[in-house]
Amino acid sequence: MDQLALDVAHLFAGGLVLVSFMLLYQDRMTGLVNVFALHALVVSTSVAWQANIQHAPHLYITAAIALAVKAFVIPMALHRIIVRLGIHREIDPVVGIGQTMLAGIGLVALSIMVMLPITAQAGTLAREDLAFALSVVLLGLLMMIARRNAVSQVIGFMSIENGLILAATGAKGMPLVVEISVAFSILVALIVIGVFLFRIRERFDSVDIHALHEHRGEQP
Amino acid sequence: MALTGLMWCVAALLAAGVAAVAAARVRAASALVYGTALCVSTAALGIAGASLLTGHATAGTLTLPVGLPWLGAHFRLDALAAFFLVVVNLGGAMASPFGLGYGRHEETPARVLPFFPAFLAGMNLVVLADDAFTFLFTWELMSLSSWALVMAHHRRSGNAAAGYLYLIMASFGTLALLLAFGLLAGSAGDYAFEGMRAAPPAAGMAGAVLALVLIGAGSKAGLVPLHVWLPLAHPAAPSHVSALMSGVMTKVAVYGFVRIVFDLLGAPIWWWGALVALLGGITAVMGVLHALMEHDLKRLLAYHTVENIGIIFIGLGLALAFEANRMSAAAALGLTAALFHVFNHSLFKSLLFFGSGAVLTATGERDMERLGGLVHRMPLTAFAFLVGSAAISALPPFNGFVSEWLTFQAVLLSPGLPQWLLKFLVPAMGALLALSAALAAACFVKAFGVTFLGRPRSDAARDAVETDRWSLAAMFILAALCLVAGILPGYFIDALAPVTQALAGAHLPRQEQLDWLTIVPVAQSRSSYNGLLLFLFIALAAGLGAEAIHRWASDAVRRSAAWDCGFPDPSPATQYTAGSFSQPIRKVFGTVVFRAREEVHMPPPGDMRAGRMHVRMRDVLWDAFYAPITGLVGFGADHLNKVQFLTIRAYLTLVFGALVVLLMVLAIWQ
Amino acid sequence: MAIALDLLVQFGQMLLVLALAPLLTGYVRKVKAHLLRRQGPPLLQPYRDLLRLLRKEVVLAHTASWVFRAAPYLVFAATWVAASLVPTFATGLIFSYAADMIAIVALLGSARFMLALAGLDVGTSFGGIGSSREMMIASLAEPAMLMVTFTLSLLAGSTQLSSIAAFMQGAGVGLRVSLALALIGLVMVAIAENARIPVDNPATHLELTMVHEAMILEYSGRHLAVIEAASYLKLLLYVSVIACVFFPWGIAVSGQGPAAYLGGVGVYVLKLAACGFLLAVFETAIAKMRVFRVPDFLGAALMLGFLAALLLFVSRAA
Repeated sequence: MDQLALDVAHLFAGGLVLVSFMLLYQDRMTGLVNVFALHALVVSTSVAWQANIQHAPHLYITAAIALAVKAFVIPMALHRIIVRLGIHREIDPVVGIGQTMLAGIGLVALSIMVMLPITAQAGTLAREDLAFALSVVLLGLLMMIARRNAVSQVIGFMSIENGLILAATGAKGMPLVVEISVAFSILVALIVIGVFLFRIRERFDSVDIHALHEHRGEQP
Repeated sequence: MALTGLMWCVAALLAAGVAAVAAARVRAASALVYGTALCVSTAALGIAGASLLTGHATAGTLTLPVGLPWLGAHFRLDALAAFFLVVVNLGGAMASPFGLGYGRHEETPARVLPFFPAFLAGMNLVVLADDAFTFLFTWELMSLSSWALVMAHHRRSGNAAAGYLYLIMASFGTLALLLAFGLLAGSAGDYAFEGMRAAPPAAGMAGAVLALVLIGAGSKAGLVPLHVWLPLAHPAAPSHVSALMSGVMTKVAVYGFVRIVFDLLGAPIWWWGALVALLGGITAVMGVLHALMEHDLKRLLAYHTVENIGIIFIGLGLALAFEANRMSAAAALGLTAALFHVFNHSLFKSLLFFGSGAVLTATGERDMERLGGLVHRMPLTAFAFLVGSAAISALPPFNGFVSEWLTFQAVLLSPGLPQWLLKFLVPAMGALLALSAALAAACFVKAFGVTFLGRPRSDAARDAVETDRWSLAAMFILAALCLVAGILPGYFIDALAPVTQALAGAHLPRQEQLDWLTIVPVAQSRSSYNGLLLFLFIALAAGLGAEAIHRWASDAVRRSAAWDCGFPDPSPATQYTAGSFSQPIRKVFGTVVFRAREEVHMPPPGDMRAGRMHVRMRDVLWDAFYAPITGLVGFGADHLNKVQFLTIRAYLTLVFGALVVLLMVLAIWQ
Repeated sequence: MAIALDLLVQFGQMLLVLALAPLLTGYVRKVKAHLLRRQGPPLLQPYRDLLRLLRKEVVLAHTASWVFRAAPYLVFAATWVAASLVPTFATGLIFSYAADMIAIVALLGSARFMLALAGLDVGTSFGGIGSSREMMIASLAEPAMLMVTFTLSLLAGSTQLSSIAAFMQGAGVGLRVSLALALIGLVMVAIAENARIPVDNPATHLELTMVHEAMILEYSGRHLAVIEAASYLKLLLYVSVIACVFFPWGIAVSGQGPAAYLGGVGVYVLKLAACGFLLAVFETAIAKMRVFRVPDFLGAALMLGFLAALLLFVSRAA
């Protein structure tokens, strides 16, 4: 029973890595937001399972917050923003999708290579969960730099946050306060970015970063 | 004794070469030379094969009083040498009858006939050499005689440049090998292999020797990035020589690598295996991707040689990694896989080059875009080429599949390796191996399909005739051997057992007593393969199925125009070409690897001009690696050229300065 | 005596796969039709199609060669032999050790090789389109399949399908990330290799949307029947592999006796029905990808397989 419980937790961590790869694979905006909702769903289910096996009821609240905010509120807000701003619905990758996925595999290998020797004293599954969490963080960063679009950068940022939650709940005992503050800071960041996007749209008629780059002050 | 017999065979080949210089104008010279080569090669094959199969426990040695006075020339026949002699002489024995038929169309026999036996003799001697001087001398003999053969048709465009590049790369490789032997001989200065074996170098020095051997033997074998001469030089030679160069000379280079790294360098270190396997994996994929972009048939085959050398080096790298970690059984598996692939590749590559030579003689064309429909005009050549294509694409029940299967089994034994880098590298190499196997099948569908199937794209293809009996005999013997090696691989694996025992200290379990002639490389519970049963099942299923359907359902046939969805086009230019066949793969892989870009210029509607498509590809290696080197050499040469035009007093000053510097060095060293 | 019985069971398996293959395709078509609120063709329609085609005369193009005429039988033979070597109702049959999963993948590669050559044989542009696209898809699907094989064999310690199935039935497996990744990769490869939506549309004859159909465009009569039978067998093979590796419960072990074998056959038919239903639902729910999105799709499958193998290489617990 115990081994099965740990296996299920491990499966959730692996599933989160899989969904991060699915995020890298998307080439349409609505698909991206929907897969991000799935990402948040997997994270909240994982946190709920951890609450179950660690017998830590406060983690249920964390899971509920993650589910409500990141799986419902924020995706709906993003869908609204996309429709309102009339953002171009196709995502423009910097290098091909195949190469991005290959880089993603390299990042997973890197995080395994980093994490496994460091945490030599912990149990095998805990070490690999940490390695998966680091991979999710790195994959989120990859998404931010490999796409030209502001919305995909926002989503990449939030998937980094999900990876951190995975890592924090994997180890026993994370205080609730930190989680609430982190969640609120994300919400605030999103509101700010949303406002920013409206302003940019009004001024420059586009949210494509590449087009915006020409208007930066320091460029010759 | 076996070794003396082999030396007499080599002497006979050299004599034939010398005689051919004098008698090249005689009409029967071609038949005489190739006939002698055939007989001698068959004799040598018999001797070497017997030596390998009877399993010499002790090696035979021989010392001739030629060469350096204090060294002599040492020769040695052990299990490894016997195996490679089998490969070399089988290639020679097959190339000779092909040369008989092919050589009838040779315009300048004087440029080919003397060097062909010399080439064979050189390759035999390299495998037999037992000291550094003999090895390098015979290596150069092999390179120079093959260079002469490459330059045989030097008036054809591109051949002179190919020969020049070949000469540079061969000399560079020999230089690297010379340095390697120098490091191996060490301060004692013992150049005999016996002495090198007894005194292996320290770890750092051994690493340097490995790097030098990778450069020297690797450039001759065709490892990336030193492969650039191979696709230019191999196709330039006459077809039977191309077969020998691709199928056999590259294997002699592999022999050099195996002899020095596995035999003379002592116990390996784990990162050697990583480096060799990495180079092998990159070589395999780059080779096959280049081959897919080619539409010159012989150049496509030459790039394929590069790919197969990559596969061999993956096996060798795995064997090194296992041996460094003292996993002898796994090392034996890796080594068996690599050596079996050596044998298989020499078989089917020679077969494919013979086929392309037959096509070249029949049509005068090497460009696939101007061929097509040859299966109707040259049915026997087409059949043999089909067998070769299936074998090289690693399709059961042929032999290419067995050696790739053994390599995969070696990859699957690798989780036991403790080093982290190996844990990441080996599955990546497995993925690259799988990718190159799949791309090779695509490449040969293109090669066979565009050349032999479809409709003829030019008059030359329309009027082709079948080749002569000698060429066909050589091709069919090789095709039969491909099938036999695929159906009965157990015997070949058992024949390799003494080789791996000598090099890795272990051998695979004896295969011949297993039920139904299955092969089991590690253990029955782990994996097994039975080529004979698969072949019988497929043959029976196809045969019985066809028979049953023809008997009881229907066997009516009616010939008509092609359906083509109701719009058949009479022009053969509308069928798929080599370039169009590889376009999807070029779009997937080529944009990254070759920076391939397509541009389509369509005229506006109503304009009757033709549309144009341009495909631009760049060889990334040439741009990154060779172009700067040639630029640097040119720059240096331009500036050093000034030394040519100094006054006499300036020259005397230079001599005086050199003398003073040398005396100072001597003084300081004392 | 025992050998004769073993041979009988093995030949029974060969006939079973041949008999069930058209039924699976008919079932998938029927379910798809019902999901679209149509009646659909009868369940046994593929059998009727094969019989009808077998009796018809073959119309050969003038430029077709012996390769064109021999290819259907060779394709069928290779696919049938491969399908017979996958455990369906029992593992450890007498010839199941002749070929492991790598050899099965390579046998399918042989079949594909001959079919692609047949596509190029007549010298039309349709055949060329089919062959070149098929080889592009194969150049990614085959490595993905091999990486999935690696993952499974690293877990089970063997590449033999019987040993893998026996291992997966045992208790020591647990839920593993690598297995989940391998399952997803295998399903993606199976969809691509069987020319199913979203990679290829098996029901259309439009040039823009076909890969497999374009290669066999010139075939008619008994040749077409044999090739269709081979494609039914291929679908059955992939479903059998997924069933015996990932859902191995109910498979008999060789030597357990006829009662266990019959039970195994029953469970096998149920698994086929379940997988066929899921396939039909998936095909109805999703649209076909454009051709140059297929490399991304298969590249993802290759990455998943590679990631699964990498996780196993690196640690023992994943």
